[in-house]
Amino acid sequence: MALLERQRRLLDFTLSSLLRRKGKNGALVAVYALTIFLLASVLFFGESLRREASIILADAPSLVVQRMMAGRHELIPDSYADQVRSIRGVRSVKPRLWGYYYDPLSGANYTIVTSEERKNGTIAIGSGVASTRKLAVDDVLPLRASKGDTMLFTVAEVLSEESALASADLMIVTPADFREFFAMPAGFATDLIVDSGNPRECSTIAEKIAIRLPDTRPIVREEILRTYDAIFGLRSGMVLAVLACAVIAFLIFAWDKATGLSAEERAEIGILKAVGWDTSDVLLMKFWEGTVISVTAFLAGTALAYAHVFLAGASLFEPALKGWSVIYPAFRPTPVFDPAQIVTIFFLTVVPYIAVTVVPVWRAATIDPDAVMRT
Amino acid sequence: MILHPGMLALLAASLIIAAMALGGAGLGYQILRRWDPTSGSELQLILERRTTLVSTLLAWAFGLEFLSLFLFAGVADSLHSQFVGAMCAAGVLNASATGYPLLILKMANVLLAGSWLIVNHADTRATDYPLIRAKYVTLLVAAPLLIAEAVLLVLFAGALKPHVITSCCGSLFSSQTETMVGEMAPFPFRPMAIVFLVSLGAVLAAGWHTWKTAKGGILLALLSFAAFIVVLASILSWVGPYVYELPTHHCPFCLLQREYHFIGYPLYGLLFAATVSGMGAGILVPAKRKPSLKMIVPGLQRSCAAASVVLYGLLFLLIAALVATSNLKLL
Repeated sequence: MALLERQRRLLDFTLSSLLRRKGKNGALVAVYALTIFLLASVLFFGESLRREASIILADAPSLVVQRMMAGRHELIPDSYADQVRSIRGVRSVKPRLWGYYYDPLSGANYTIVTSEERKNGTIAIGSGVASTRKLAVDDVLPLRASKGDTMLFTVAEVLSEESALASADLMIVTPADFREFFAMPAGFATDLIVDSGNPRECSTIAEKIAIRLPDTRPIVREEILRTYDAIFGLRSGMVLAVLACAVIAFLIFAWDKATGLSAEERAEIGILKAVGWDTSDVLLMKFWEGTVISVTAFLAGTALAYAHVFLAGASLFEPALKGWSVIYPAFRPTPVFDPAQIVTIFFLTVVPYIAVTVVPVWRAATIDPDAVMRT
Repeated sequence: MILHPGMLALLAASLIIAAMALGGAGLGYQILRRWDPTSGSELQLILERRTTLVSTLLAWAFGLEFLSLFLFAGVADSLHSQFVGAMCAAGVLNASATGYPLLILKMANVLLAGSWLIVNHADTRATDYPLIRAKYVTLLVAAPLLIAEAVLLVLFAGALKPHVITSCCGSLFSSQTETMVGEMAPFPFRPMAIVFLVSLGAVLAAGWHTWKTAKGGILLALLSFAAFIVVLASILSWVGPYVYELPTHHCPFCLLQREYHFIGYPLYGLLFAATVSGMGAGILVPAKRKPSLKMIVPGLQRSCAAASVVLYGLLFLLIAALVATSNLKLL
């Protein structure tokens, strides 16, 4: 208990000594917290994008087969579906129709998909489409078809705002309307969705498809997830590497603050040593000083970053980490808390801070009381 | 090269630790060469002041080394989703030839660093720096190891290339890659459990004896090191399967994952801390011969022994709790 009491008293002393120099320490904490805020925002946002992508992809088909021609995505004949169906382990194969539509009125690209459950002549639209074209349910939406004529669709449904990230630019029509609109020949589909029943079989089935139908490319969901993981990791890593300059600037600032002791601080340490403090006591006091500053800045920086990313939608970094588009779904990242990220931020900010202040702190602690008090 | 935030943090930490160790070793070398406790010259006074700098530098560096071992395990685990066939850190470490040597070097460095800190603590308790030579000679050995670790980490990060989809083919045929987990040949359950109980019983008894009498430090150190190996082997053999509730799953890294409540962190943390404390009691034995430490060392040995008893006890309770709450019955 005596040990704890000693530390408590030292901490008490350190706090009052820090408060005596509010301006200097306040500036240090502010810059420190800002650096942590920047790094933490990048990490939190990157992680939330990664999570969001994996949540969306969780419902994606486990295996998609696309036909390639001259290195480009081509329509796939229905006969391919039968060949895939004959592979052992395949439970079902469904041809899928989808495409993009450039809307000259709003300058946006829409994604058109099909659903058997809708009625011909009706359309379901995403919230982004609804707001750019100012549409509500039962309005009529004229679209220019491939052959130049205009097709009229009645809006049957506006998709909910909740799924906006995935559905903002979406339009859902029937397969018959889709074929008519894009003048797509019968007997062809955009691609095939393969259900393997057992997810572990997926890559074996993909391998067999690639051998039997050499002009196709099978895309396994796991591979997409892996790619997203790597891309988001890489992007936030790259932004962090750029921010390394900010960290280094902060470290120089911290080094300077720690080295340039004011006459008052030197006198204080001199007096402490004159009244019987040991070098190790001064070191301990300085340790508490660094701890108080780091903990304050760390808590402030990460809390601000959390608010910035999860409450303010990461307005500072959105353009860098996301893509760009005319229709921008409002992206409210789901709050995620990952202890690993807190540790990462700690290692990228507090550890370098400790490293640059060790030597100046030692210099301060070994000040000769006699020399200080003479000056 | 992989630009993962955790990997960047790890690289930063490793370079900082290596720089601190290098600086400490440089100062230590100067001190070793010109150290003369009988002299009252200004140089000797400066050197004496510098010993506190070396101690402070290395206390931080070695503390960070301990933390970075767990960061390394965590980062390796979180990277697994980017590699074909990798289910956890095992696959990522296997993705480059430097992965496993790096892990082993890091573990050895943590044990070395812990022991050094205990010796350093004993040295600072006496007024005449009795262990300075032993301390700095060890440091001259430890610094190159820490630098080697930083180099291996850079090589490891450089060799990692995430498997991403290429435009020609969206499938990388995951199943063809062999996983490390299957290759780890575990020791049979029952004999390993008996060895575990005997080893932990022995180390607890030796620890208790040293705690009460301040004797038998070397035996405690040897038993601690043996227990370290035995516990690691037991985790492979039966602790892992109990946690996973799957008799065929022996991976020591999956314990670090969220779905197993990150139980690996306290488990390995306790193991390393207990081993270092137990080894400390033995390492301090030669220091007893120094006149100025005669009265101090027994107290420190007892503290080390007490810490090792408590930590090994907690480790035993943790493993017992894992086994008791598991739905798997192996034994």
